[in-house]
Order: sequence, then structure tokens, then C-alpha cells
Amino acid sequence: MRVASPDLEQLVGMLRTMLLIRAFEEKADELFALGRIHGTMHLSLGQEAVAVGVCAALRADDYILSTHRGHGHCLAKGADPRLMMAEFLGKETGYCRGRGGSMHIADVRGGNLGANGIVAGGLPIATGVGLSIQMRRTGQVCVAFFGDGAANEGAFHEALNLAAIWMLPVVFVCENNQYAMSMPVRRAMRVERVSDRATAYGMPGATVDGMDVVAVHEAATSAVGRARAGGGPTLLECVTYRYRGHSKSDRQRYRGRDEVEAWRARDPIARLRARLTADGALTEAEADALAAEASAAIEDALRFAEAQPEPDPATLLQDVYA
Amino acid sequence: MRVLTYAEAVREALRQALADDERVFLLGEDIGVYGGAFGVTEGLLTEFGPERVRDTPISEAAITGCAIGAAVTGMRPVLEIQFMDFITLAMEQLVLQAAKIRYMFGGTARVPMVLRTPAGSGTGAAAQHSESLEAWFAHVPGLKVVAPSSSADAKGLLLASIRDDNPVIFVEHKLLYRTRGEVPEAPVPIPLGVAEVKRAGDDVTVIATSVMVPRALAAAERLAADGVAVEVIDPRTLRPLDAETLVASARKTGRVVVVYEAVKTLGIGAEIAARIAESEAFYHLRAPIVRLGGQEVPIPYNRRLEAAAVPQEDDIVEAVRQVMAA
Ligand SMILES: Cc1ncc(C[n+]2csc(CCOP(=O)(O)OP(=O)(O)O)c2C)c(N)n1
Ligand SMILES: [Mg+2]
Repeated sequence: MRVASPDLEQLVGMLRTMLLIRAFEEKADELFALGRIHGTMHLSLGQEAVAVGVCAALRADDYILSTHRGHGHCLAKGADPRLMMAEFLGKETGYCRGRGGSMHIADVRGGNLGANGIVAGGLPIATGVGLSIQMRRTGQVCVAFFGDGAANEGAFHEALNLAAIWMLPVVFVCENNQYAMSMPVRRAMRVERVSDRATAYGMPGATVDGMDVVAVHEAATSAVGRARAGGGPTLLECVTYRYRGHSKSDRQRYRGRDEVEAWRARDPIARLRARLTADGALTEAEADALAAEASAAIEDALRFAEAQPEPDPATLLQDVYA
Repeated sequence: MRVLTYAEAVREALRQALADDERVFLLGEDIGVYGGAFGVTEGLLTEFGPERVRDTPISEAAITGCAIGAAVTGMRPVLEIQFMDFITLAMEQLVLQAAKIRYMFGGTARVPMVLRTPAGSGTGAAAQHSESLEAWFAHVPGLKVVAPSSSADAKGLLLASIRDDNPVIFVEHKLLYRTRGEVPEAPVPIPLGVAEVKRAGDDVTVIATSVMVPRALAAAERLAADGVAVEVIDPRTLRPLDAETLVASARKTGRVVVVYEAVKTLGIGAEIAARIAESEAFYHLRAPIVRLGGQEVPIPYNRRLEAAAVPQEDDIVEAVRQVMAA
């Protein structure tokens, strides 16, 4: 299926969301360094085009299942940065009442059925979301994000097969960022591309440049359209890169600075910005203003979050059961 | 009242739930034409069609996740795991996803699903098809665990489990499938978390679960002939546990035997004994609490060895005599 290219307004919207994700994560990184965020965190800096290109192809009532590296997915699906920041600071009014934090961020009303601390944990669940959509006949679509590492879990195999045999409206989006912690993709799988595996399940597979939001958006639009029309699941691999370490404990001994710099030169935000300014769609000043807007939104989110109450220990046992 | 087998009672609950609520559907391996490995879902495919009585590939992790995803988005799936042993292939989805989604997400989601599964030994199926793993799940906040011992309980508790908004592990026992009992025709749920006194008595309390309940009742009948009045209590739900009813009985009789099929060490009986020992009933105990559980061994194939691996009626009689003598 050929899809129409995004219009200008859509492209500017995508730039805006990528800038928001970047500003959010840079702020979260800073807060972590100051000891104000507890636990650990998995930054998706560099991978913004995947979250944004895919989510821009979705309807507001569509679903996503996210991963441990899920800040971008959450914002791209339309989450409020204030409630996200409140969650990161462990506040009662955060998305998960301070019970989830970065690794379990969820915006259920907004269709984000949650980040996941378990590699490939969301893939089986996505089949159930797809089945429920199919049985309720709502015409929604479910996107399941997962990493290259997750593609080597047994759950990946079971879930893709199930989605394929039942023709479920699920798009499996692999964010191939070259590593699963320290394990490079080329040492963890014999096939060249994760999407090569699609054939084994009898579903279409595609690999796109995950540093190009337009390419991601185009491929996602086609896969989402097929799913919505009853054409079943797709395995879409987006080739991308995380600029930062795996998590907060990573000393990055498995890769060199040159490699990181080479990928940074393909930065998805700089790329879209250059395209829009070259086309005359945006002036440099307007592009700068978009970046400033994103930073301001994150500052506002932080101010909001800081003013929010902590959970009361007396509420510890709430919501274990419905 | 009508008499149904335990399997028929489960089937009737499924049929009534399917007829009542369009969000309810069944999924599992060979539950359609085949009728399930123990014939429990026999006939439901013809009645409700392949969309709602859904055969799945052999993918325990995926079909468990599938139930979770469907539940989170508004359906009420009832999943059959063919043998409780195979639940080990779905542990991650059950324990790390189903049980935790609601809490992790600050109460913004719910997971109304039931996982039905046949457990237990006694069929000669040996070590990999005879597990009683209920305590594993009773250890996990966020899950509920139900283990009916009669036809009536099977039906009523299953209806309640399907209406519950939480993930429920519903443990059926293979040896109970053909046992018979009176079952009301109307779809009346039996509330979860409520134990039942199956036989009243003043001398000794026998707390038994699942297939051990009919064994305890048979033992009680024999002991009555010797003048020992045994109270038999079935917790019915293992999580949440109705400790209050158990403690009240222990306090009354002062003598407690806990009987369960799972391996004795760290089984549900350990928790029950501890709850009583921690309670005020402790001061009323006239003998140490006795636990009768499975031997510390995988379930063997040979008929005599298999029977020796788990408590039998004679063992219960013996244990009661022991606490009466103390
Ligand atoms: C089942 C499981 N195994 C291992 C881990 C530890 N772990 C967390 S993320 C990760 C790497 C995952 O790699 P990938 O799927 O490529 O995602 P990425 O981190 O690159 O985004 C590992 C090993 C885990 N959380 N869950
Ligand atoms: Mg990776």
C-alpha cells in the first residue's frame, strides 16, 4: 500500500514531539544526576523518530504497549508531561500514583497500556489487545514496541505466531538500536534483519531507517492501515541507536566513541529540522522557537511535579486488587 | 436438587457466563472440538462458536498474555491451561504482568481474567502432569486462588471468579471431575474468600483443600464411629484466605490437622498453620498443629508409590487419632 506523505503541519507536529521527548529525557537525566529521581532509567535519546513516526500513524483511541525504554512512546502517544514528571518524582498525582516510575509508566486512558520491566513482556499482551479489538469490532489498532534483544525471547515467537494465525490488528515495532545491554545484534542473531523473521510467521516484514521520522511514519501508516482494514499484523523493524548507555549503570565498554558520534551525525531531530528549513517550511528562528517551547513545557512540567504531594504510606496497600 | 459431576458443574458455569455476558470468552489448547483434555468444555463450541470458544496453539505464555491484554481492554477471558504443570511456561505473564498491572499503574487498569487448570495426582500421569502448585500463586499479591472441592462449589466459585475484576487462578482437581453432587440450576455465585464448614464437630478441626476435602469427610465419618466429632473446613479460596473461620474453629476444638496434596514444605498448609499459631486460638490449642502434606518427592508413576506420595484417607484418620491422643 502506498501512503500519502505527511503534510507540513504533520511534519512540524512530529518535530515538536521529538523535541519534547528530547527535552523531557535530558531533564530526567539531569534530575537523576542530582539524585532527585530514584531507581534507574533507560533513556531513548536518539530513538525519538521511532516513537514519534509510529504514534503519528495512530488514532487517539489506538493502543500501544511500550518497553523499559518507553518515555518517548508515552509522550508520542499523547501523555501529559506534567503527569509523567510527577510520576518520575514518585508523586501521588503521577500517572501511576508514584507506584510505577519510569519503567512502568502507563497512560491507560490515553491508550498507553504501559512500559514493561520485562523484556518482551508486552508482546503476548498485545495479542490479547488485538483479539479484544477484533471481538469488539472497534477498528482500533495495537502497536507493540520491543527491542532487538526482545526478538530473541520465546514470547516473541509465540506472540507473532498467534497474531498471524488470528490476523490480529497488531503492529510489532522492533526498535533495533544495535544492542541489548552490551550484546550487539550481530552476535545475538544469525539473520541480517529482525524483519527477516516475519516470513516465518506468514506476515509482512519491513526494515526502515529509524533515524528518519518520515520513513518510519510512512511504513507505520501502511502497517497500521493494513491492520485496521483486517489485513493482520506486520513486523516493522526500525534501525536506530541509543546515544546514552543502556541504563544508569552502563559504563559502555562494548562500544567506541566513534560509533556513537557516527550515529549522532544522523540525528533524527536535526534531520527533520534541516529538511523543514531547507524546504522553507520553517525559518531558523521558528525552528529555534519550537525547541524553546519544548524546553519551557518541560520546565513547567517539573514545576508542576515538584509541587505535587507524595503518596501517603497509609495508602500502600491500595489498588493491589480491583 | 439436581446432581452434576464436578466437570459438568464447571461446564454449566462456563455456559451460563457465556450466555450472560458477551465479554466472556474461552481460550485454551484443544478446548473446541476436542472438548478440553478432560472434556470440561465439551459441546460449548457448538453452542457458542469458534470466536468465543477459541482453540489456541500450544503457546502458554502467549495465550496467558492474550487473556491479560483482552482483560485490560474490556473483555472477560477464561483461559484453560491444559495441566497445572504447564502454568510454569506462563509464570512471567501471570506473576509479573497479570498480578502487577493494576498496582504498577496506580489503579488505572484492571485484569478481569480467570485461568482454569486441572491439578493434582492420582491419575498415573507421573511427575510432569500431576503438580499442585497453588501455593506459588497464593504467594503473589494481585492474584486470587480458588480451589473448589465439590460440584456446587465448582459452579458457584467459577461464576464468582468470572465476575471478579482480578486475575483468578481456578484450580480444578482431576480426581474430582467425576465426583457428583447437588448443584443449583440458577447461576448463583459463591463469594470468594469465604471458607465453608463442610461438617461440624467439636473435637478436632480438619482443614482440607481440594481433593483432600472428600477424603477428610470420609475420614470424619469413620472417626465418628469411634466417637470423635471432626469438624471439616474447606477454605475454598486460598488467596484471600478466610483465616477468621479457620481460627474460630481451632479455638473451639483446640486440635487442628491441616491436609493438602501439594508438597508439605511451604505448601498452603504451612500458611494455615501459621495463621492459627499466630492467632488467639493458640492459647486454646490442646495439641500441636499437625500438617499432612505431600511427600518431598516428584509424583511417581507406579500406582502404589503415587498413592504413598500424597495424604490418603487412612493418613487423615491416623493424624486425627494422634492429635486426639496428645
Ligand atoms: C526477561 C528479562 N531479561 C533480562 C532483563 C534485563 N534487561 C533489561 S533491558 C535489557 C536489554 C534489552 O535489550 P533490547 O530488547 O534490545 O532493548 P533496548 O534496551 O536496547 O531498548 C536487559 C537484558 C529484563 N528486564 N527482562
Ligand atoms: Mg536494543
